[in-house]
Amino acid sequence: MAIKERMSGNEAVAHAIKQINPDVMPAFPITPSTEIPQFVSTMIANGEITTEFIPVESEHSSMSAAMGASAAGARTLTATSSAGLAYMWEVLYVAASSRLPICMAVVNRGLTGPLNINAEHSDSMGARDSGWIQIYAETNQEVYDNFLQAYRIAEHPSVKLPIMICQDGFITSHAVQNITLWEDEPMKQFVGEYEPEHYLLKEDETMAVGPYALSSFCMEAKKQQAQAMINAKQVILDVAKEFEALTGQKYGFFEEYEMEDAEYAIVAIGSICGGVKDAVDNLRTQGKKVGLLKIRVFRPFPAEEIAAALKNCKAVAIMDRAESYSTQGGPLGAEVTAGMYRAKCQAEVVNIMYGLSGRDTKVEEIENIYADLEKMAAGELTFDEYPYLGLRD
Amino acid sequence: MEKRFNFREIQEREERFAPGHRMCAGCGGPIAVRNVLKALHPGDKAVIGNATGCLEVSSFTYPYTSYEDSYIHTAFANAGATLSGVETAYKALKKKGKIDSTYKFITFGGDGGTYDIGFQSLSGAMERGHDMVYVCYDNGAYMNTGIQRSSATPMFADTTTTPVGKYSAGKPQTRKDLAAIIADHNVPYVAQTTFIGNMKDLYEKAEKAIYTPGGAFLNILAPCPRGWRYDSPEIIEICRLAVETCYWPLFEVIDGKWILSYKPKNKLPLTEFLKKQGRFKHLFKPGNEDLLEAFQEEVDRRWEQLLDRCHENY
Repeated sequence: MAIKERMSGNEAVAHAIKQINPDVMPAFPITPSTEIPQFVSTMIANGEITTEFIPVESEHSSMSAAMGASAAGARTLTATSSAGLAYMWEVLYVAASSRLPICMAVVNRGLTGPLNINAEHSDSMGARDSGWIQIYAETNQEVYDNFLQAYRIAEHPSVKLPIMICQDGFITSHAVQNITLWEDEPMKQFVGEYEPEHYLLKEDETMAVGPYALSSFCMEAKKQQAQAMINAKQVILDVAKEFEALTGQKYGFFEEYEMEDAEYAIVAIGSICGGVKDAVDNLRTQGKKVGLLKIRVFRPFPAEEIAAALKNCKAVAIMDRAESYSTQGGPLGAEVTAGMYRAKCQAEVVNIMYGLSGRDTKVEEIENIYADLEKMAAGELTFDEYPYLGLRD
Repeated sequence: MEKRFNFREIQEREERFAPGHRMCAGCGGPIAVRNVLKALHPGDKAVIGNATGCLEVSSFTYPYTSYEDSYIHTAFANAGATLSGVETAYKALKKKGKIDSTYKFITFGGDGGTYDIGFQSLSGAMERGHDMVYVCYDNGAYMNTGIQRSSATPMFADTTTTPVGKYSAGKPQTRKDLAAIIADHNVPYVAQTTFIGNMKDLYEKAEKAIYTPGGAFLNILAPCPRGWRYDSPEIIEICRLAVETCYWPLFEVIDGKWILSYKPKNKLPLTEFLKKQGRFKHLFKPGNEDLLEAFQEEVDRRWEQLLDRCHENY
């Protein structure tokens, strides 16, 4: 029987780790992901899991040790946030190009400056081109479910890519929510044993990882890696379907909330979507045709599917919790807009910067965005720049 | 381990570092790798790690590898951490009964990847006590990027970032004593060696490093013909002079106990080592006698310090 519980997002990830019992976890603490290695260490100390924990001296070493362990044939995970993820930067690319299915719990927090410990997506968004699969969560339930699905996606023979399971720092990582925990045995069976085809410690063969390659070979390797990311799309859907059959929880590339007849839509990622849903519910009672497209999978980026979901909209607000300093908005804004353009989706678009460094976003503010979208569609409002939501005067 | 050193038997062991790599003639790097790997007991498996550097780009150039064992390179600064992950995976998979064979873990880095950019990663791996050997092939500069100074570069060496000029006599600082620093991590085995005679010293230290449980560190002086500017065939003579002048003493630190491996009967003047190398040519110009003197004093000071540590000064 599934268990109704209350726990924080970090506890939810730890519970998934407990059920999976991975082989190796190197980690270095950083707020707000610190609890995850603490929970794992405690579970090891109490004999609840047999994972080998490596208390590394930095995040660069954390990802490096994770690569070593994964290449050696171990199911491997780590956890980090913000500056820790930035410190891994160099080796994130190496992990992806070495095709190592490491799972990383990313508890999203802004990159410095100013130094701040709160929720923002600049850390994982900055790593969006590193070759990692990225899956985001709105709630503690989602981050738990996503983590349970992670290895199935990452380790799939047609994928073999590392995966980030992201949640918003403090908002879900530390806030306690209701959650349904799935039974251990069916989950263990769902995740399965890790049986890689080739690995360093395979007894009847040797293997060499991480060559120097000349220009005569590098481009082919990169194309194969890009193809793996394309392959991940179907695998993500297949795994979600299997997970749904077990749990009843439905997952895809994104969640469409009241999108069927929506004329005005918000596209967003993460915990803000709870507030957006409230705003949608409020406005729907007033007869407004508003909806939310909540992105779950950002890498691979489901551009065609997103554009198709937005095709009947008159105006769309794309919400970014990460600056790109391009002067054009944030990464989600850029990618959704490009996808809409390619699909000849003609809706008015505004890219909005919100929630940077943990700034609260209120339901009224979101309702105002929908009002603005209506005005944009009517030709009564245009934005010269991408607005910052809730900015102090 | 108690067995007498048998040069022929060891050299007849199957090569674990295959020929065909692209390292320079007269380079110490592949000599170090080949001879360290000879110390693996036949039948034991190994995973070899490597920091980015000359060795990596020249011995694992896709689609060729010189390594008969499994091998992993990930980046420059993280050879210690990467191999610590491999070693931990071994423990985890052994525990689960997924592996029967005995594996040993040996990683190689140049002085750039070891003394400098990879220092933290090495320190972490040693402190955590992974059952692995970190081998530094120390050629005293960043040779792969074109002979820039490192913290292993000896004082007064002419490098591309400490070039000799009107206002510069080469590197102003002395070299970091990495073997001592790693010994201070309280790892069970640290040794310093180079290519001497029939490689007995190197072989025996490599074998101890590999078969001592826990973290071990080997510092191997491995000359670079490009950076040091010597005639390739001179490499072995230069190593001998490094030892005979006490520039590069041979020693071990076993469980914290310092042991001198070799004490020259007649300690040669440092100039014997320096004069064979183009990087020290400027020291022999008239007017630079004080530099030679200062360098000799530094070598003497360190030698005396080592003798003290080894309780050889009675």
